[in-house]
Amino acid sequence: MSETDGDILLLSLGVAGLLMALTFFGEVLRARQPEGATDPAVETYMMRIHSWWAMVILLALALLIGFPAVLALFAFASFAALREFLTYANKRQADHLSLALAFFAVLPLQYVFVGIRHEGLFGTFIPVYAFLLLPVVSALRGDPEAFLVRVAETQWGLMTAVYCASHVPALMILDIPGYGQRGPLLIVFFVMVVQVGDLVEYAAGRRIGRRTIAPGLSPKTWEGVAAGLASAALLGGGLAWISPFGLFGAMAMAAAAFAAGTAGNLVFTAIKRDRGVKDWSHLIPGQGGFMEQLDSVIFAAPVFFHLTGAIWAV
Amino acid sequence: MGLLAPLRRLAARTVGHAIVFAAQVITAVRAEWRGIEPVRRQRVYFANHVSNADMPMIWSCLPPALRRETRPVAAADYWLETPLRAFVGPEVFRCVLVDRRPEARTEDPLAAILAALDEGSSLILFPEGNRNMTDAPLLPFRAGLFNIGRARPDVDLVPTWIANLNEIMPKGEVIPLPLICTVTFGAPLHVREGEDKDAFLARAADALVALAPEPRRSAAA
Repeated sequence: MSETDGDILLLSLGVAGLLMALTFFGEVLRARQPEGATDPAVETYMMRIHSWWAMVILLALALLIGFPAVLALFAFASFAALREFLTYANKRQADHLSLALAFFAVLPLQYVFVGIRHEGLFGTFIPVYAFLLLPVVSALRGDPEAFLVRVAETQWGLMTAVYCASHVPALMILDIPGYGQRGPLLIVFFVMVVQVGDLVEYAAGRRIGRRTIAPGLSPKTWEGVAAGLASAALLGGGLAWISPFGLFGAMAMAAAAFAAGTAGNLVFTAIKRDRGVKDWSHLIPGQGGFMEQLDSVIFAAPVFFHLTGAIWAV
Repeated sequence: MGLLAPLRRLAARTVGHAIVFAAQVITAVRAEWRGIEPVRRQRVYFANHVSNADMPMIWSCLPPALRRETRPVAAADYWLETPLRAFVGPEVFRCVLVDRRPEARTEDPLAAILAALDEGSSLILFPEGNRNMTDAPLLPFRAGLFNIGRARPDVDLVPTWIANLNEIMPKGEVIPLPLICTVTFGAPLHVREGEDKDAFLARAADALVALAPEPRRSAAA
């Protein structure tokens, strides 16, 4: 077993220990209910913890198996997120072929370009070539009704669910001097600081939140975000040993990833409110859909990727 | 034949699992039990019909125990047209086949449907009779639903709304889009004492349309 695999296992066990404590806490809450009764809040909490177990196990397995498994996992997550986004997007029958191409050609190709480590194509394929080609396919069917709206919404779906999300596995193709084959640990670092920051932001916002960031849109508060930012930075510092950033660099990178992620969360709240949906889907029990799970990752991944690339990679 | 029959049954079950898997992975079909619980009661699920994929979708999102006891009512003229359809319709979905063309009928369609109910099966029924290609939410219902409800008053008539299928697979397209399909089950209806056909069918159509999701807000509108 390589040193990287050992570190992944160690961190997975750490997270598993945390989840075990949270599961135990939920079971204690369950046991305190009167015989035969259930508290919906406790059941929702337990459903969320179970979903977390599934996500942690899947990500840990993919990272241990290697780059192709990580690609496959994120390609599937992109597929599920794009499906949720386009279900609520404006579209007409004239878009049928271009939407089919988005799902069955653009999405797999984007992950192939990451897989063959072709940074030029991976960076331009969707925002240049897919964005030029797909409107042509729609236009050829000759239906001008709400054309720009249809094209723009499809492109935003591809940009977020596929292009941005594919920057997470792309962290493994960065060439960082002195970091060697430890790319999977960069993903662990990134995912942990973003997700833990999100959780702390949510919990702290509910307890000590006073001033809302975007009144009328989101219950997010400045206090919650400050707590999330601090906890992400602290966790980043604690995980500095698996990163190439050094102690202060790791804290700054974690804070930057959290800030971008929480901004993404806010933007997707606005989209959901616009479309009148509460959850993107019900595919992840207790959490909503894949989009709910990925919205912060989607905004944070390109920022994290390019900062790492600009400062630490060659 | 003695050896072939079990093999065909095995093939039918395999194809059935493949259809359920495809529906759940591609369109993530989701059942919303709004007016009833997914329990084993004898029911006629009556649904809107916009696409040939409607019936497989409802069938796929039923829990397995209910699915085994539920038979779609389908058009014989469609399902017996080719050998492949004649395998999938009667053997995979175990359709109750009725002929929509009065001149070709050898059997009263209602008799075949009631016989299936009397064997204990639940049914999936499309009371519009044909696929709805119009902008109206529903076509006028045919009399079948009323006749079933009057002949077997104990059976629950469950309105079942399928959302999004016309975007997943519009008529004339070959590739289905993997968008999320939702099947909503409403509160069961029964034909009331002395209720006439038109009044009942209007009530059933209203109950079905009431399950349709709100039209989405759209910048284009």
